[in-house]
Amino acid sequence: MIPASFEYVRAGTVDEAIALLSEHGDDAKILAGGHSLLPLMRLRLAQPAMLVDIGPLRELSYVREEKDYVAVGALTRHHDIAISPVALESAPVLAHVAGQIGDPQVRHRGTIGGSLSHGDPASDLPAVLLALGGTLVAQGPNGQREIAAADFFVSFFEVALAPDELLVEVRVPQSSDGQWGFEKLTKRAQDWAIVGAAAVRSSGGVGVGLINMGPIPLRASAVEAALASGSNAAAAAAFAAEGTEPAADFNGSVAYRQHVARVLVRRALEKAGV
Amino acid sequence: MSILGNRVLRREDPKFLTVGGTYVADLDLPGSVHLTFVRSSMAHATIVSVDTSQAAAMPGVIGVYTNDDLGMANFPTIMGMTNAAMTAPMLASGTVRFVGEPIVAIVAATRESAADAAEWVVVEYEPLTVVIDPVEARKDNDLLFPDAGTNTSFTLDFGGDESLFDDCEVVIELTLANQRVAPCPLEVRSAAGHMTADGRLEFNSSTQAPHGVRDALATFLNLEPGKVHIVTPDVGGGFGAKASVYQEDIVVGWCAQQLGRPVRWTETRSESMLGLGHGRAQVQHVRIGGTREGIVQAYRIEVLQDSGAYPNFGTVLPFMTRVMTSGPYKIPKAECASVSVVTNSTPTVAYRGAGRPEATAAIERIMDLFAREIGMDPAEVRRRNLIGKDDFPYTTPVETVYDVGDYHQALDLALEMAGYEELRAEQARRRAAGDVRQLGIGLSCYVEITNGLPDGEFGAVEVRADGKVIVRTGTSPHGQGHVTAWSMLVAEQLGVPMEDIEVIHGDTDIVPRGAGTMGSRSLQIGGAAVNQAAVDVVEKAKDLAADLFEADRGDVVLDKASGSFHVVGSPAVSHSWADLARAAVAKDGNPLFAEVDLASPGPTFPFGTHVSVVEVDTETGKVTLLRHIAVDDAGRIINPLLAEGQVHGGIAQGVAQALLEEVVYDLDGNPLTSTFADYSFISAAELPSYETRFTETPTPVNALGAKGIGESGTIGSTPAVHNAVCDAVAHLGVRHVDMPTTPIRVWNAINEAASGNQNGKERR
Amino acid sequence: MQIDMTVNGTAESHDVEARTLLVHYLRDSVGLTGTNVGCDTTSCGACTVLLNGQSVKSCTVLAAQAAGDEITTIEGLASDDGRMHPVQQAFQECHGLQCGFCTPGMVMAITSLLAENPEPTEADVRIGLEGNLCRCTGYHNIVASALAASRVPEMQK
Repeated sequence: MIPASFEYVRAGTVDEAIALLSEHGDDAKILAGGHSLLPLMRLRLAQPAMLVDIGPLRELSYVREEKDYVAVGALTRHHDIAISPVALESAPVLAHVAGQIGDPQVRHRGTIGGSLSHGDPASDLPAVLLALGGTLVAQGPNGQREIAAADFFVSFFEVALAPDELLVEVRVPQSSDGQWGFEKLTKRAQDWAIVGAAAVRSSGGVGVGLINMGPIPLRASAVEAALASGSNAAAAAAFAAEGTEPAADFNGSVAYRQHVARVLVRRALEKAGV
Repeated sequence: MSILGNRVLRREDPKFLTVGGTYVADLDLPGSVHLTFVRSSMAHATIVSVDTSQAAAMPGVIGVYTNDDLGMANFPTIMGMTNAAMTAPMLASGTVRFVGEPIVAIVAATRESAADAAEWVVVEYEPLTVVIDPVEARKDNDLLFPDAGTNTSFTLDFGGDESLFDDCEVVIELTLANQRVAPCPLEVRSAAGHMTADGRLEFNSSTQAPHGVRDALATFLNLEPGKVHIVTPDVGGGFGAKASVYQEDIVVGWCAQQLGRPVRWTETRSESMLGLGHGRAQVQHVRIGGTREGIVQAYRIEVLQDSGAYPNFGTVLPFMTRVMTSGPYKIPKAECASVSVVTNSTPTVAYRGAGRPEATAAIERIMDLFAREIGMDPAEVRRRNLIGKDDFPYTTPVETVYDVGDYHQALDLALEMAGYEELRAEQARRRAAGDVRQLGIGLSCYVEITNGLPDGEFGAVEVRADGKVIVRTGTSPHGQGHVTAWSMLVAEQLGVPMEDIEVIHGDTDIVPRGAGTMGSRSLQIGGAAVNQAAVDVVEKAKDLAADLFEADRGDVVLDKASGSFHVVGSPAVSHSWADLARAAVAKDGNPLFAEVDLASPGPTFPFGTHVSVVEVDTETGKVTLLRHIAVDDAGRIINPLLAEGQVHGGIAQGVAQALLEEVVYDLDGNPLTSTFADYSFISAAELPSYETRFTETPTPVNALGAKGIGESGTIGSTPAVHNAVCDAVAHLGVRHVDMPTTPIRVWNAINEAASGNQNGKERR
Repeated sequence: MQIDMTVNGTAESHDVEARTLLVHYLRDSVGLTGTNVGCDTTSCGACTVLLNGQSVKSCTVLAAQAAGDEITTIEGLASDDGRMHPVQQAFQECHGLQCGFCTPGMVMAITSLLAENPEPTEADVRIGLEGNLCRCTGYHNIVASALAASRVPEMQK
């Protein structure tokens, strides 16, 4: 319940935050909304020596329509994404999923950047990002770089950010209603997904992301390939478990999760108009 | 105009709503130090060594204690009935037997320094074989208590009539689980104590039974009970689990004595999920026999009760299961036998229903299977077997005597409220269409025993010189609204407005004795005691008034509308309650009061029928509760608002057990559900609004005509929901799904049935 | 470290450790014990307060993160003349509480919910309370309280 002691620093600017990360390396953790990090710290599963609070950097909170993508500042809270007119219009799957993460209180604090950087395969947003084929913008001492969503989730709770890099923006292609589907199986509304699936249809094809089907957020690549070669939703969904490594726990055996993945991918595809 | 029977709003509420309740952790205790515990991370192990030296050297640490330091005896057996070789030490000593068992107590200046120091206690364990499954434990291959020579902690040896089912045309058997659940009151356990200059222990506890806490502290700390003063502040729920006194409570008292400073302790939720007793945890084998016309002729239930690591109240709860063996049915022959065994898990205690939900869940499940076997509607089977309203008092085959009831009325009303025929039609339509989302309809007819323990209760009413009334009660409410309800009873008798009545509970100096609040006893014995005291005060007042008026006793009238006394025919000349209170003191120096120790007139038996409607997604196994209908009869209802609230809360817990909640251990005895993130504590999002109704069949057993209602919602609801889920997939060949009917369990059942692998048992 | 914030309209300044959670700052430093701690996994919502008008779980916010912010707790909801807020009033009238432990969190969560959605359906309320656990009431009357409060004219402005 009581976290271990740590040093607390508020970063006044992005550059200041990055400088602190450079200086303290693994001893320092970024504190955004705190709703991935603080729960771990309260159980003493994480004990960083320093927290760099970037919460006040409101300049990183925005949802903007750019020429051919929607730009979301990394510190935009889930709630703000959920009610953003731009998101509702041009990235409705993102607005929808952001609007059902955790519970209202969590959504008032949790940020898209914090959630994605956490790299939890059981979180909702990574799967959506994979389905959308988004891009992450990281900023470090040497400036900004773009990372494709497909390359962002490296291993269990590890993302492709260097220790001195900060996620500053998330970019997703524009989409509209009728082109997406999101299905999640939970026992209770506030639970993490036992299994989940996000499907987004665009001119480039269909992207499908999976929740909790492996040690990292996964794309259902076999499903995408089947669709690209002309399969319908049901036939393509049969491949949903291919390439996945779901864990077995008291909420689901491997076989069960594989089966549910197939069901939820099919339903998500149907909702996306496939 | 009687106030009784009205939906009187709670007097308790304004404080809770504007500044919040005052729970133990909220108490202002200047100079207090903080106690925390280091708990076992192993389910079964020899303690090789405990190194507290580093912890003791941490900043702010005042004391670090092991069981040897405490030098206290073990906790006693449960009511003298459980295996004496299995008693629990105050802190683990030599052997740890469940994950979460406290080993070391640390007292430090602040909550933070206590938590930090706890990280530095080093315990070295030598693992022992872990026994988690009660079925395995019963084989006695690996013993938790070698000196006991067995893992069996308690047995009820009844029955064994081999011929029980001989004449039955149809015999059905089932083995089913009534799974371990966690009570999860929103307020965790919390206690605080300090010694006064004159050697009294002042103690606050989040408890359901303050006098029990007092007596336990007195015993263990070698104090006269009069030297222990318990003040129970607001308590954030108990549900039976806080009726037990825990080792941690005693250690708080010991530390207070030892250190001469106020000591306070509030556990974390993670600790509470391990250390607060668990509920249920029975494996049941049931057998039912009857005719093809649906008449049940015989029933047997064999219970395997999981005690947890140390026998606690849960160990003996099969006794209560047995009391309700045959439920609301007129089954001529019925038996219940039980074996309780220890396992390397949290001890089991009373939890809302305490043995009776288990009885109801078992018989209601097999009634559905019986109905299915003979091809009869489950409501009709029940109707044919329910005890008739003219058959009371009714003695069951296990010698329980039910007081009064109209079980058919409850069944009919529940079915009508549910729109049963329409539901079955909708179900049939979806089945014919092969819908992915299937409808399930489940029934539960129940009767249960309240005020089942022999304790009486204390009640006192005093009228002060200013006309205000002080009520003292031995009950210990923690959400039930006794202040409001007892005020209503006293206002009714005295004609004094409720706002002029103060109700005191939980302070053992002010209330000399009491058995607390549990077992749905409070209104029928505690309220009744207060009611009787009020009646007695009215009689005393009339005596005094007769003196004052110089009139015949029989001519004195209490006008309740004005709260005053006059002589019949002369209402203009009156005396107020205040007048009489002063007169009492003037007469012999004693205030105008009455104290009652009401002996228990015996238990009462609330009953009802619940109907549950669920939707099952047959592709994922996910269950959604669409509707829940409850008809409950608790005799005379004093405040329907409060009674409904109890039913609502009970239903939620009952639904939770059917659909979601389960305490899970892995094979090494590691708990997998020890936080609110892992344990599926049901939320508003999983529940509908309930459709509830009361019928009122007053009981002749007590003066109020009231039965208990606190546990009925839980007892009646679980089997209805469970039956609904099984019903939803019955047409797919599924015979039974164990609780909780989580998505994977339901899907596995559908899958196995589809592949022809029936999970059935022998039948004739 | 010295942490300043406004609590129920009053400026507060207290020296606490960096690791101090907002809920403990409020309970121990400011002395407002109405807000409760019910769990350690951000699950139960008993600690819910308003931070700049929005519901947050104060056990999962560092006091340091709330520096400079405006916090409203249950103690600050009633009006200055002591009149209960419509949500508080609704809870009384609908018997929305029993033991009271979850109640401050529930009231604050509902206050925030109604500010964002003034005319919720029952489903909106239930899903909106997914992060607030109650063991006593079965939620039936809590939901009724929220819906009743939403219909009070003052709440519909």
